[in-house]
Amino acid sequence: MALIREVDYGTPKQVSDTLVTLEIDGKPVTVPAGTSVMRAAAEVGVQIPKLCASDNLKAFGSCRLCLVEVEGRKGTPASCTTPAEQGMKVRTQSPKLAKLRLGVMELYASDFPPELLKPSAGVNSEFQEMAVAVGLSKVRYGYSGKNHQNAEKDESNPYFSFDPSKCIVCSRCVRACDEVQGTLALTIDGRGFASQVSAGDKPFLESECVSCGACVQACPTDSLLEKTVIAKGRPDRSVVTTCAYCGVGCSFKAELRGNEVVRMMPFKDGKANHGHSCVKGRFAWGYATHKDRITKPMVRAKITDPWREVSWEEAIGHAASEFKRIQAKYGRDSIGGITSSRCTNEETYLVQKMVRAAFGNNNTDTCARVCHSPTGYGMNTTLGTSAGTQNFDSIEAADVVMIIGANPTDAHPVFASQMKRRLREGARLIILDPRRIDLVKSPHIQADYHLPLLPGTNVAMINALAHVVVTEGLVDEAFVKERCDVAAFEQWRKFIAEERNSPEVAEKFTGVPAADVRAAARMYATGGNAAIYYGLGVTEHSQGSTMVMGMCNLAMATGNLGKNGVGINPLRGQNNVQGSCDMGSFPHEFPGYRHVSQTAVRESFEAAWKVALQSEPGLRIPNMIDAAVDGTFKGIYIQGEDIVQSDPNTQHISGGLAAMECVVVQDLFLNETASYAHVFLPGSTFLEKDGTFTNAERRISRVRKAIEPMAGLGDWEATIALSAAMGYPMHYNHPSEIMDEIARLTPTFKGVSFEKIEQLGSIQWPCNDKAPEGTPVMHIGGFVRGKGRFMITEFVPTDERTTGRFPLILTTGRILSQYNVGAQTRRTDNNVWHDMDVLEIHPSDAENRGIKEGDLVSLASRSGEITLPARISERMQPGVVYTTFHHAMTGANVVTTEFSDWATNCPEYKVTAVQVQLARHLSEWQEHYRETRRLTTRIERESTAND
Amino acid sequence: MVHMANQIALFFASYPKDEAVAGVTDHFKKFWEPRMRKQIVEYVAHGGGGLHELALEAVKHLSN
Repeated sequence: MALIREVDYGTPKQVSDTLVTLEIDGKPVTVPAGTSVMRAAAEVGVQIPKLCASDNLKAFGSCRLCLVEVEGRKGTPASCTTPAEQGMKVRTQSPKLAKLRLGVMELYASDFPPELLKPSAGVNSEFQEMAVAVGLSKVRYGYSGKNHQNAEKDESNPYFSFDPSKCIVCSRCVRACDEVQGTLALTIDGRGFASQVSAGDKPFLESECVSCGACVQACPTDSLLEKTVIAKGRPDRSVVTTCAYCGVGCSFKAELRGNEVVRMMPFKDGKANHGHSCVKGRFAWGYATHKDRITKPMVRAKITDPWREVSWEEAIGHAASEFKRIQAKYGRDSIGGITSSRCTNEETYLVQKMVRAAFGNNNTDTCARVCHSPTGYGMNTTLGTSAGTQNFDSIEAADVVMIIGANPTDAHPVFASQMKRRLREGARLIILDPRRIDLVKSPHIQADYHLPLLPGTNVAMINALAHVVVTEGLVDEAFVKERCDVAAFEQWRKFIAEERNSPEVAEKFTGVPAADVRAAARMYATGGNAAIYYGLGVTEHSQGSTMVMGMCNLAMATGNLGKNGVGINPLRGQNNVQGSCDMGSFPHEFPGYRHVSQTAVRESFEAAWKVALQSEPGLRIPNMIDAAVDGTFKGIYIQGEDIVQSDPNTQHISGGLAAMECVVVQDLFLNETASYAHVFLPGSTFLEKDGTFTNAERRISRVRKAIEPMAGLGDWEATIALSAAMGYPMHYNHPSEIMDEIARLTPTFKGVSFEKIEQLGSIQWPCNDKAPEGTPVMHIGGFVRGKGRFMITEFVPTDERTTGRFPLILTTGRILSQYNVGAQTRRTDNNVWHDMDVLEIHPSDAENRGIKEGDLVSLASRSGEITLPARISERMQPGVVYTTFHHAMTGANVVTTEFSDWATNCPEYKVTAVQVQLARHLSEWQEHYRETRRLTTRIERESTAND
Repeated sequence: MVHMANQIALFFASYPKDEAVAGVTDHFKKFWEPRMRKQIVEYVAHGGGGLHELALEAVKHLSN
C-alpha cells in the first residue's frame, strides 16, 4: 500500500440542521451552517493554500495564506475564519490572490533554511508543498538579516527534535497541545521577531509535555520531527493497523520505508482515537526489533539448564509429547492454557479452542482474570452482558462524569484527552480515588468533588451514594418501572435505604465527609446525563464484582443507561482484554459468554469442531497454580502473558510453575514466566500479525501485517501446529477464516467479517441481523437480560487488615510511560521517564519513618518483602502508599497477597497491609531473583554450543 | 478454599435463606472446577470447620 495521506479539510466539521449552499470557483457546494469557506472548498476538492489551519484545530487565521475573494465584498478574507453563507460566491484563485500568497510565503521563507527550498530538497513538509503551490522560486530579501537560522535545536526528547530554524510560529503545535491533547504544555513566548515556541522555558523533556506527538503531527514545517524519520528517511508506504497497548485501541498508520517501520502515525479515520495518540502507541514501538527478541524456538529439560535453540518442529513436537505424557500419567485435566489479552481475537480463539478440543478440558483462562473479570460477572448479572455500555464518543453528550478507581491520563491517555475536552466544555466531574490523580486538578479542569476514600471501601461508598438517591427521592421511578425487575428493585431499595448504608455511617469506613458524598450523589442523579468510567480501582478488590453491581444499581436507579452520554464504562487495561473475554478464554464459558453447561451451545461447538467437549468449568489461573502446588496440575501453555510478574504473590506463582513438568511459554522475550519454562516458542509483535483487536468500547478493529513474523511462524500458526501435534489438526488458510468461524458460532459476532470491517472501518459488537453495522450504545430500549436486575451489595470489609506490624495500606497501579509488566516499554526510550518503580508515600508517613526523597526503603507484607526508592508525594493520603509493577527487578507482586474477589478470584492488588522502613540493601527476594534470572535465561546458541 | 467459600456465602447472605443457599450452590457449580468441588465436599465430610452456614448448606446440596 502506498503512503496514505488523509485529506485535511482545514477546519473542524460542523454539525447543524441548517444547510447553506454556496459556490466555490463556480462549483456549488452545500454544507452545514458554521462551516468555514476553507472546509467547504475542500469538500468539492478545492485545496486552498494554508499553513496554520488543520481540521483537528479551531480556525486561527494567522498565516494569511488562505486568503480568498468573495463576490460583493471588499478585501481578501482568510477562508479558515470566514463562515460559508447562503448564496456566497467565492474565488480561490486570482492574480491578486496569487501575488498576496507569494508575498506572504516569501516572507516566511526569508527565515527558513534556504537549502530546504531548493528543488533538490524534495517536497516533504507542508511548508515545502505550499512553496511549490504558490510558485515561490526566489526570496528577494536574502538571508543576511536578523534571523533564527542558528537557533539551538532542542534534542532533549528521545523521540522528536525541535529545530527552531524551521519554525514559522504558526501555533499549530501549541494549539494541538491545548485542543487535542489538553495538556497545555506549549506556548508562544515573546513578541514580534522574538516570538518562539516554548515548552515553558524548559527543554521538552523537562517540561509538562507528555510526548503524545500531537505537536509533531501538527507541525507543517518539520520544525518538530520524529527522530526516526531523521535517522531512517521518509516512509514510502503505510499499513493501517491497531495499537497493541491499552484498551483504547487507537488506529495507526504504520509508515514504512521498504520493510522497516519508520514511524507510527495516528490514523484520522480511527473511530476510537480520531487521529490522536499517546507516547506509547506513537513512539514506543522500538521493542519490536529490540536485541532481546527471541526469534528461535528453544527447549530444555530442566529450568536450571541453559536454553537450546531448536527447529519449530522439534519444539512443537517436544511440547506435545510432554503434554501427552503428562495427561497419560496424571489425567486429562492435568494441563491447561492461558490466552493473551495482547494477542488477536483470532489467536485467542484458537488457544481456547485447542485447550477445549485438543487438551480435552476447560482449563483455559486469560489475564482478564487479574483485571476485569469482575466487570464481566457484575455487568452480566445486572444488565445481561459482559461489556461496557457506550462508545467513547458518548462522553461528548455527558453532563456529569464520575471516575472511579481509574487514572485515565496515565492509563488511557487518548480517551482522557477526549474526556478533558468535554470537561473543559463544562461537564461536571466527580472522582472517587484514594490518590489525587491528575484529573483532580489540571489546566482548566478541576473536579467538583474528589472523594478520597480509603482503599477497600468502594462498596461502602457506592452504597452511600445510592442511599442518598433513594432516600432523597432522586430515583428515576419511570425508568425503573419500565426497564427493571421491580421486585428486585424494591428489595434493593429497602436494603440501601437502611441507615447503615448512609454517608454518615460509611464515613467511618471510607474516611470521606458525608456532606461531600451527599453533594456528589445529588450531582450524579440530577446533573443531566451522568456517565461512570472506571478502572482496576474498582475490580481489583475482594468485593470487585459487588462494586461493579453497585455501580450498575446506581446507574439503573437514576436512569443513566440505554442512551448517549451515560452508562457504565470499564476502561480496559490491555489492548484486547475485551476481545480475549469475548473469545471464550474463561474456563466456564464458550465464545460469546455462554456457559459450558448449556447443552445447545456446547453441541453447536461440538458439531463445528467435531469433538466431544466438557460440560464442567475448568480451572482459573489461581486455581491452576494451587492445583500445581497440590500436584494435580502439571503442564501449561502460556501465550503472551507473564504471570510471574503480573499476578499476585510472586513466590506462590513461581512455586506453582516450578512444580509443573512442562511449561510452554510463547512470547517476544524471555519474560519472567519463561524462567520457569521448558519450551519457548517465539511470538510475534502486532506489526507482524493479521487479525483483530476489540477495544474497551467493544470496537473490533483490524490488525494488519506490516512486516513478516521475525520467527518465521505467526502466533496463530504456532498454536495450530501445537494442536495438530496433540492430535487435533485445525485448518485455516488465513486469520479471516478464523473470524468467519467465530461469527458462525457466536450470535453477537454473527455479522462480523474481515470484509465488513474493511467496509466500515471497525465494528462494535453486537453485530448481527438486528444490528448489521454494530452497536455503539447498548441497552437502548431494554437490557440484554430483559429487565435490569438490582443486586443487594452488602459492604464486607476485606480480610486484609492493617495491624501494628503492617500499619499502612499499599495500593498498586500504572503510569503513563510504562505498560503492564513493561516487557515492551522497558525496551524503549520510555525508560527515560520511569526507569524504576518507586514507592509514593505521604510526607507525614515518610517523616515518621525518617524517610527522605530517593531513600531506599523496604516494603514488607505478610507475603514478602522488596526494596525500592521512596518518592515523597502529597498525592497520597496518610496511611496509604503506592507503587507500580512495571519493573521485574522491583517485584511489586512479591508483596501483594492471594486475597481475591469473591466471585471471580480477581486479585486484591489494591489493598495490601504493609510496613515501610529505611533499607540499606536489596531484599532477600531481589538478591535471589537476580541469581535465578541469570541462571534461567542462559541460551546455548549454535555458535556457542560448538565452542 | 474455606476463605473463598465464605466470601461467596457472605455475598448471598443478604438474601432470604433459600435464595442464598441456591445462589451459593449455583456459584459453586458454575465456577468451581470439579476437583475443587470434590475437595470442599470432602472437607465438609470431615466436619467443615470454619465454613459459613450458607456454604455448608450449599456443599450439602453439591453432595446430593
